[in-house]
Amino acid sequence: MQDQLKNIVDQAISQINESEGMDKLNDIRVAFLGKKGELTSVLKSMKDVAPEDRPKVGQMVNEAREQLEKILEEKKTMFLKKVREEQIKMETIDVTLPAKKPVMGKHHPNTIALEEIETIFTGMGYEVIEGPEVEYDYYNFEALNIPANHPAKDEQDTFYVNSNIVLRTQTSSVQVHEMEKGKLPIRMIAPGRVFRSDEVDATHSPSFHQVEGLVIDKDVTFADLKGTLAEFAKELFGEETKVKFRPHHFPFTEPSAEMDVSCFKCGGSGCRFCKGSGWIEILGCGMVHPNVLKMSGIDPEEYVGFAFGMGLERVALLKYEIDDMRLLYENDVRFLNQF
Amino acid sequence: MNTPLSWIKAYVPELECTAQEYTDAMTLSGTKVEGFECLDKNLEKIVVGKILEIERHPDADKLIVCQVQISEEGDQVQIVTGASNVSVGDKIPVVLDGGRVAASAHDSEPHPEGIKIKKGKLRGIESFGMMCSIAELGSDRDMYPDAAEDGIYILSDNEDYKDAKLGTSVPELLGLSDVVFEYEITSNRVDCFAVIGIAREAAATFRKPFIPPVITETGNSEKASDYISVEVKDTDLCSRYVARVVKNIKIGPSPEWMKRRLAAAGIRPINNVVDITNYVMEEYGQPMHAYDLDTIADKKIIVRRANSGEEFETLDGQKRTLDTSMLMICDGEKPVGIAGIMGGDNSKITDNVTTMLFEAACFDGTNIRLSGKKLGMRTDAQAKFEKGLDPNTAMQAMNRACQLMEELGAGEVVGGCVDVYPQVRQPKHVAYNAERINALLGTNIEESTMVEYFKMIDLEVDETKKELIVPTWRQDVGCHADVAEEVARFYGYDNIPMTLPRGEATHGKLSHKLSIEKIIRSVAERHGFTEGMTYSFESPKVFDKLLISKEDKLREAVVISNPLGEDYSIMRTLPLNGMMTSLATNYNRRNKDVRLYEIANIYLPKALPLTQLPQERTQLTLGMYGEGDFFDMKGVTEMVFERCGLMEIKMYDPNAGKSFLHPGRQANIIYDGKVIGYLGEVHPEVCENYNIGTKVNVAVLDIPMIIERSNFAKKFKTIGKFPGVSRDISMVMKKDILVGQVEEIIRKRGGKLLENYKLFDIYEGAQIKEGYKSVAYSINFRAEDRTLEEKEISAVMEKILNGLKELGIELRQ
Repeated sequence: MQDQLKNIVDQAISQINESEGMDKLNDIRVAFLGKKGELTSVLKSMKDVAPEDRPKVGQMVNEAREQLEKILEEKKTMFLKKVREEQIKMETIDVTLPAKKPVMGKHHPNTIALEEIETIFTGMGYEVIEGPEVEYDYYNFEALNIPANHPAKDEQDTFYVNSNIVLRTQTSSVQVHEMEKGKLPIRMIAPGRVFRSDEVDATHSPSFHQVEGLVIDKDVTFADLKGTLAEFAKELFGEETKVKFRPHHFPFTEPSAEMDVSCFKCGGSGCRFCKGSGWIEILGCGMVHPNVLKMSGIDPEEYVGFAFGMGLERVALLKYEIDDMRLLYENDVRFLNQF
Repeated sequence: MNTPLSWIKAYVPELECTAQEYTDAMTLSGTKVEGFECLDKNLEKIVVGKILEIERHPDADKLIVCQVQISEEGDQVQIVTGASNVSVGDKIPVVLDGGRVAASAHDSEPHPEGIKIKKGKLRGIESFGMMCSIAELGSDRDMYPDAAEDGIYILSDNEDYKDAKLGTSVPELLGLSDVVFEYEITSNRVDCFAVIGIAREAAATFRKPFIPPVITETGNSEKASDYISVEVKDTDLCSRYVARVVKNIKIGPSPEWMKRRLAAAGIRPINNVVDITNYVMEEYGQPMHAYDLDTIADKKIIVRRANSGEEFETLDGQKRTLDTSMLMICDGEKPVGIAGIMGGDNSKITDNVTTMLFEAACFDGTNIRLSGKKLGMRTDAQAKFEKGLDPNTAMQAMNRACQLMEELGAGEVVGGCVDVYPQVRQPKHVAYNAERINALLGTNIEESTMVEYFKMIDLEVDETKKELIVPTWRQDVGCHADVAEEVARFYGYDNIPMTLPRGEATHGKLSHKLSIEKIIRSVAERHGFTEGMTYSFESPKVFDKLLISKEDKLREAVVISNPLGEDYSIMRTLPLNGMMTSLATNYNRRNKDVRLYEIANIYLPKALPLTQLPQERTQLTLGMYGEGDFFDMKGVTEMVFERCGLMEIKMYDPNAGKSFLHPGRQANIIYDGKVIGYLGEVHPEVCENYNIGTKVNVAVLDIPMIIERSNFAKKFKTIGKFPGVSRDISMVMKKDILVGQVEEIIRKRGGKLLENYKLFDIYEGAQIKEGYKSVAYSINFRAEDRTLEEKEISAVMEKILNGLKELGIELRQ
């Protein structure tokens, strides 16, 4: 009996070793370990064994089964590994083939610039708000200390609907609405469309965007204005950016200034981009004029503030070195998708 | 405003700086220098020479060979020239070997870097330099009227140059070693539209003494009032009128120094009388006018508004028609000038003038500006008056002009003046408070330093009252903030520290509307739409292009009264023209598969004519051609709604009534019973109107509607633990029944057990009778708390099927 078992096992092992695939391995399993398999038939023939020998024989048969199963399993693992290796080998791809990119749209360059500006100022505690584009003359001019007959109100610059209603020429009008709400302190920026009667060319558009900023509080200083805008310029144009403030005049601020930033192309040494000066004019600003505060119902003895305003297109054109403003309004996707 | 440095230095004699230093310092103290030009930038090695000998060139008819002495010590050079206007003994400008001139000798065209002159041979004869014309010196005969029209500038023909030493630098002699600065003066600094004003700023900026011209008393023992009387009828438009008289006028050229200053400022010298009025206008910013007194009827000046339709010939020979808003200068009979803009042809100074009336007046700036605009005129005088002048300057300027008349020997000034000045403008008293100024600026400037600054710019200081007595020419200084600006300017904006605001912390954020727009942007872009921007104003023709009927309310648009042209004359009431135009641009440039979106306002008037502001509604406009159809667009809009928290069912009404969309491919999007937008394929005729030869799909969503309905509240719903049951139904129905109707029945009748449903097949054609379609849905049911029993599902399904039956829908066998 023992010899018979050994014979079976040897035979099986030899067949397993010679097998060349999973199918064959299965056949071997069935032939030896299956219901009608050789090992099973040995068990079946137990009835012919003397009862006292049966446990021993049973144990031998089980040992033989376990041995074969183990070998079969090892062989199977080996085969699977081989199959996987072959598959992997076959599945090699040329990774330099073109990428399949999902088609995504892009922000308009104005929006990219605006979002940067918004991020900087919301980080400093400013709220981003909007105001009407078609505006009462009062909010666009008078409440900003630009009285009737002021040259700035000239028809040359302003689109009028009638004597009372204009297309706003500046986002400064939003300042007034915000101040009139009477909720102090104020820290806000107001982006939006503005309109001026300029013919379309490479540097002008009758419709463009501004971002206005306003801070009203009890102890705001010109030094704060400088510090805030210097911080802003560094964030927008890079840590090494320097700023320069030049006296200027705006009816709604006093003192007023224009801010230049060091040319971010040449770093201030002078290049074609900054017309050799090393500086680029970027925004107008100043301390809110007491008349403006008064007109909006804020006591200039108690509160002070600063305001600033910049052209969004100007920032976008500078940042992306776009040489023609008209491109911003043509909406050719070959242009828009570059940003 | 252009001013030569030499003129500034005349009043700030100690000023020493380079042009760049001047530019930087002045700009930082508030007088912005836009640029500067060195008049001699292209002139090098040009000296006064004298022609000693002239011989014909042996081999060229048109050339002569000159021996030219170029120093008092007797140095000589030989110069070959083609000039025909030189003679022995002439003093002429000579550019020496290695020097540079400003323009080409051939065509007198200025050259940006100048032209280098080297010794050479002309037809075999050596030449060691060149004699110069005025063009080669970088100027022209407008500025140097005595220069030869076509030839060498003969210096010895000019009284002022004839004694010049040989070898003297010609640019220096001719006043060309000067720098002309161009300023950008802000409208509040009226005083700086004058050399005196700029010089005062320069003196303060460089901390040097300011020495303005000393105006001496002039005039004989006669009285001007015996020659002329003045009546100002409209004192609201003429706050002051000063008249003086000069007799025995001798018209002649002005001296070189005056010509040079005017020329450098860009004003052509003409004769002593004209030059003096121009000179004083530049110097004091006060326009002056001279009349021939003999033409003034009744020896009387009347300042009054024009009569309606009054005609008048200005001294440029043009006939002008005036209206009652315009101010005229008249004599006893007739108008003689348009106030502040231009004098009349009938009273102008001619070479035969003997007695002259000088006018220095102060007219209302706004009135002058508006009159000039109505008349289509813009003169130098007008430009000055427009700023709003100080009436007190008028007298100074008048006396300065008379002083110059005397000094230049241009005439005999009659004593006294006629001065109509009913309301004398007084200096303002403005308090200063050093502590408050420092608080505003964030500085720590000593009061004494501030007082120094005030004095530097001629603000009188009352140190006990802490008050500034502001001269009337500084109309811009009126309050505490203005005073602070003066301090800041001279302390230096640069020296003010940089700090950040303290105070109560505020919460930085986007407005709710802007944050919703941000979400919308991200959805649109995720689906391949790129952001465009188009103008808010457009042509009224747009309505025709979009097939909008004549009666449509959309045609009621806000109209701009002074548009750039009809194409930009109305505020859009729908956003599609911008989108279609942009798509057309891309289509015509052969860009494939274009998807654009815009977030921008439309403007809907409440009533016309406009008395209140129009309603501005922000619209999301999506447009695409190429890949993608109606349902792709529908999918994008649904994504927008979902991301914006509009989670309920959206209904689509095919009867949207949009004339610009395909009648069978359009829908209003209805949410919560309200139309919140629409979408559809653009009408082929509209595409044709925009020259787009392919199908375009658009969607317009009303952002305010979205914001009102957006709900970001999210609540957890149990994930069903019990098995769901699915039922498929296959139906046959008339083609005109919408699947939306089917879904509505499933939703309404499915009750609480309905989990979801999904269309899985729609079919027309073989096996389905004509006019019918087959539609198949898979409907899923689930209960949270139990396994559903067959009979429950059957009951619900029966309800649904009954509902479908009511619509005439049959189950497919």
